[in-house]
Amino acid sequence: MIIQIIVSIGALLVLIGLWGLLTRRNLIKMIIGFSIMDTGTHLIIVGLGYRKGATAPILDSSITPGTHFVDPIPSALVLTAIVIGLAVTALMLAYAVRLHSSRGSALIEDFKENTL
Amino acid sequence: MIKRFLAIIALLGAAAVLLPFVLKLPTEEALPGLASEYIENAPGELGAANLVTGIIVTYRGLDTLGEVAVLFAATAAVGLLLKRTGNEGGVSHWRASEILESGGGFLFPLIILYGVYIFLHGHLTPGGGFQGGVVIATGFLLLLLSGSVNSFNHTVMSLVESFSGFAYVAVALAGLIWAAGFLDPRFLPQGDFGRLFSAGAIPVIYSLIGLKVGAELIGILDAMRCKVRREGVTA
Repeated sequence: MIIQIIVSIGALLVLIGLWGLLTRRNLIKMIIGFSIMDTGTHLIIVGLGYRKGATAPILDSSITPGTHFVDPIPSALVLTAIVIGLAVTALMLAYAVRLHSSRGSALIEDFKENTL
Repeated sequence: MIKRFLAIIALLGAAAVLLPFVLKLPTEEALPGLASEYIENAPGELGAANLVTGIIVTYRGLDTLGEVAVLFAATAAVGLLLKRTGNEGGVSHWRASEILESGGGFLFPLIILYGVYIFLHGHLTPGGGFQGGVVIATGFLLLLLSGSVNSFNHTVMSLVESFSGFAYVAVALAGLIWAAGFLDPRFLPQGDFGRLFSAGAIPVIYSLIGLKVGAELIGILDAMRCKVRREGVTA
């Protein structure tokens, strides 16, 4: 049950982020929307690896034979996704700073093809 | 108006794509074939207590190498976009408060120690190279905010970054020569399960990744700091 809620929150975050990306005109706000969408995707991927009553796939003294583990592959994929998301966000912010310093504006409609 | 309508249509499409994830979550307890294979074999094959680390560094090691390469490309692009034009420098415009200044100096070594701990124990506990690298970078961010350093030594930073990237590939190639294949960590002894010196070359690889990620994120922070100071933004 709890995992349905978490994955639903993830899906909701993806939709909120997409809405921000499509309707905001300020570059920084669009990047924030992208970040929210990113977080939602991570929640969904991690949620897909969940199994009822299972524990984290780390072996220590508390693990007995017959213990169930959650799927370790989505966790590994999300780790990759988080780092790449960070790098892409930094890159987008750098572009936004650069665009702002070249035109003095952070609104997307000031960067139409024919006005450049 | 038409724009908003199109946005709503796009959202409805995305919702239709996401709905199956929410409705058809896996409910059975058994894991899919590949995952149960990893869980069964990884502890014996690799000797890593943290199975996620075993998967990231070994089974999907090529992925991780590509990820580090993407991170490097993004850092290089950020550095290029926020390139210094020459006349920056001079005094910093803001002065940090006394609390931030002394607190930053006090916390910095502890944060670095914590980051090193996280990436050295990546094969035993939750954590690893990426997390440790980010923690180290936050330590340097604190130094920047508290104003106790004005610039980082670029030679040292690029040396650390290139050395760790080069050594990562060298360790991967060593696996090709002395073990089963590229990125195979088993050319070093497995050691006792659950000890710091165990799991073959996994801690070595993860430490190198930690250094590289840390150096790259510090590079991003440095590029953004230069930009802020050049524009004369006061905090």
